[in-house]
Amino acid sequence: MSSHTNSTTTSGHAKRPRGKLRDSHINLSHGSGGKAMRDLIEDVFVSAFDNPLLAALEDQAVFSLADLARHGDRLAFTTDTFVVDPLFFPGGDIGTLAVAGTVNDLAMSGAVPLFLSCGMVLEEGLSADVLRQVVASMKRTAQQAGVSIVTGDTKVVERGAADKLFINTAGVGVVPKGISISAQNARPGDAVIVNGHLGDHGTAILIARNELGVECQVPSDCQPLGTLVAAMLAACPEIHCLRDATRGGLATVLNEFAESSNVGIRIHESMLPIREEVKGACEILGLDPLYLANEGKLVAIVPGASAARVVAAMRQHPAGEHAAIIGEVTATPPGSVVLHTAFGGQRIVDMLVGEQLPRIC
Amino acid sequence: MKYVDEFRNPEQAQALSRQIRELAARIGRTRTRPLQIMEVCGGHTHSIFRYGITQFLPEEVEFVHGPGCPVCVLPMGRVDDCVALAEQPHVIFTTFGDAMRVPGSKKSLLKAKADGADVRMVYSPLDALKLAKDNPAREVIFFGLGFETTMPSTAMTVLQAKAEGINNFSLFCNHITIIPTLRAILDSPELSLDGFLGPGHVSMVIGTRPYEFIARDFRKPIVISGFEPLDVLHSVWMVLKQIDEGRAEVENQYGRIVPRDGNPEALNAVQEVFEVREFFEWRGLGSIDHSGVRVREAYAQFDAERKFHVPNLKIADPKSCQCGDVLKGLIKPQQCKVFRKECSPETPLGALMVSTEGACAAYYNYARIDISNLETHPEKTATGKTA
Repeated sequence: MSSHTNSTTTSGHAKRPRGKLRDSHINLSHGSGGKAMRDLIEDVFVSAFDNPLLAALEDQAVFSLADLARHGDRLAFTTDTFVVDPLFFPGGDIGTLAVAGTVNDLAMSGAVPLFLSCGMVLEEGLSADVLRQVVASMKRTAQQAGVSIVTGDTKVVERGAADKLFINTAGVGVVPKGISISAQNARPGDAVIVNGHLGDHGTAILIARNELGVECQVPSDCQPLGTLVAAMLAACPEIHCLRDATRGGLATVLNEFAESSNVGIRIHESMLPIREEVKGACEILGLDPLYLANEGKLVAIVPGASAARVVAAMRQHPAGEHAAIIGEVTATPPGSVVLHTAFGGQRIVDMLVGEQLPRIC
Repeated sequence: MKYVDEFRNPEQAQALSRQIRELAARIGRTRTRPLQIMEVCGGHTHSIFRYGITQFLPEEVEFVHGPGCPVCVLPMGRVDDCVALAEQPHVIFTTFGDAMRVPGSKKSLLKAKADGADVRMVYSPLDALKLAKDNPAREVIFFGLGFETTMPSTAMTVLQAKAEGINNFSLFCNHITIIPTLRAILDSPELSLDGFLGPGHVSMVIGTRPYEFIARDFRKPIVISGFEPLDVLHSVWMVLKQIDEGRAEVENQYGRIVPRDGNPEALNAVQEVFEVREFFEWRGLGSIDHSGVRVREAYAQFDAERKFHVPNLKIADPKSCQCGDVLKGLIKPQQCKVFRKECSPETPLGALMVSTEGACAAYYNYARIDISNLETHPEKTATGKTA
């Protein structure tokens, strides 16, 4: 997807040379509103995110409604805050998450994600290199997703008042005409689809925290899903439900669908794509992969007759290589999710009570 | 997954299920009530629900969910003691994660943490010892909890603390022991159990001999069982086989893990550090003689009960809870007056709702609706082919 900001008419040419961040660590002056802050913003953020809307350095990004309207007839707007610990993990970092997370929240409405904001809370003493690395990930992920980061804010707090780095992103996208996706739309006979391996992100974070002495690497699945959703909608514009299975995992999303649509959902353990490493980690730790977090996995409910076509389209996309049908929507029992175990039994899959793991995104 | 899938093979499950049905039908001809088998261990309760094992059993065979979930049987007063210890200045209170949510009379450890106490989750008592080494100015207390399964690692940690001369580490000992509790259940006049699935991990430490009184004195079969679904089905079959043949013996289905004499090194460490208490309070079951252990005098410096002031208040179980009746197999969880009403996993009143290994929580999570009534062949869909 091309950048959506090229056609906007905002003059973004700073007359003086861009500021330069010279300190190796963030200090309180970088949030003071003075020169140090301007140097930080220009050197780290503006140069990386590189778009005329941001480079104008106004208090807001202004974009044309006519440009938006070319993508559809409704605006989608969302926000998410990222506090993951550790900041870096196999397969991504807090920057990748901060862009992919908000892009995915937009995409789950069928919207074309367009513009993101970026609010940063930095802890005094944070290494400037860490910040640059995170910002580079945000830039890369934004390019991959075809979105522009057009406005931002930076605050620095005293040591101990935040843990290293927190990021908030908000996003705006446009929903194409005729697309109507809602958790209330599941109907008996629909098929349940996921786009690949479940539980990778939760496992990656758990292993990256290194509290367990487990010596295997599972990369996080952290990725933007906007273009995958576009491919799915091209194959089947009448997708009924779509949600990304982040905190609470697959089980939580399916329960939300079942409740909102007042239908039953049946899934089959033998059809669930789960990596052997993830299964192994869950066995050792007593976790259930159905509840593990993902950061690049969506759950779709589509009319049964379109299911094979949607999966075929998904498999053509890098984010949908391991897409699979995992179950079906039933009339009964309304509001419940039932798992058929590979062992041959059945059980209810309920909402998660409590917290499986804190600070995973 | 290798070494796991073999124990979850659906064809073998069906074969076992058929044999269990045949045996149960034969035994049932001479009986008027169902065969009740108690799975002692919470790990088994969890497996039974997670894999839907009851669906492989005939109506004549019922599981009674036993007391073997250490988090569940922890009395409220002990949780209050934990909170009191955790709220002392300079203390880092360390615990296994599943004990964080257990309600005390005022708050759980999770709440105490939110209120400012330094409560940390650890995966092993050795993590707590390391915290003590890393924080010499603080007092690190480890909340020792569990049956003989976790007792050896706690004992070893105390031995290591002594060897290394670490003075700011102590243990709040709530370890309990399964044999006196089984005896108390067997002594109960209302008892109607026909056999037992013995706990696998406890037995890995204590071996199979301590169960011999169950067969000898009470004439009940007991089979030490593994935790995979085929293990559990196989063990049920072994119990029924004993009943059918008029035998009452201790049999070991979990031979790949459980040696007859247990683990002597682990037992030595336990023996060295701990001694039996006169009695210990259990949630839902009341006080049971000799059912808990405490730190021996020789290790008093590592005993949080001696080192700190522990309020040690007795808090009665909520009156409306019928945990004791569920534990003895007299009622099913959903027959309890407060099940799904005042008592739920978010706000557990009774012990058995607290942990995922508790019978009531398992019923709540996995068996909310009668699964046997679910349609097994729904309307045909396009996905039917792949299913």
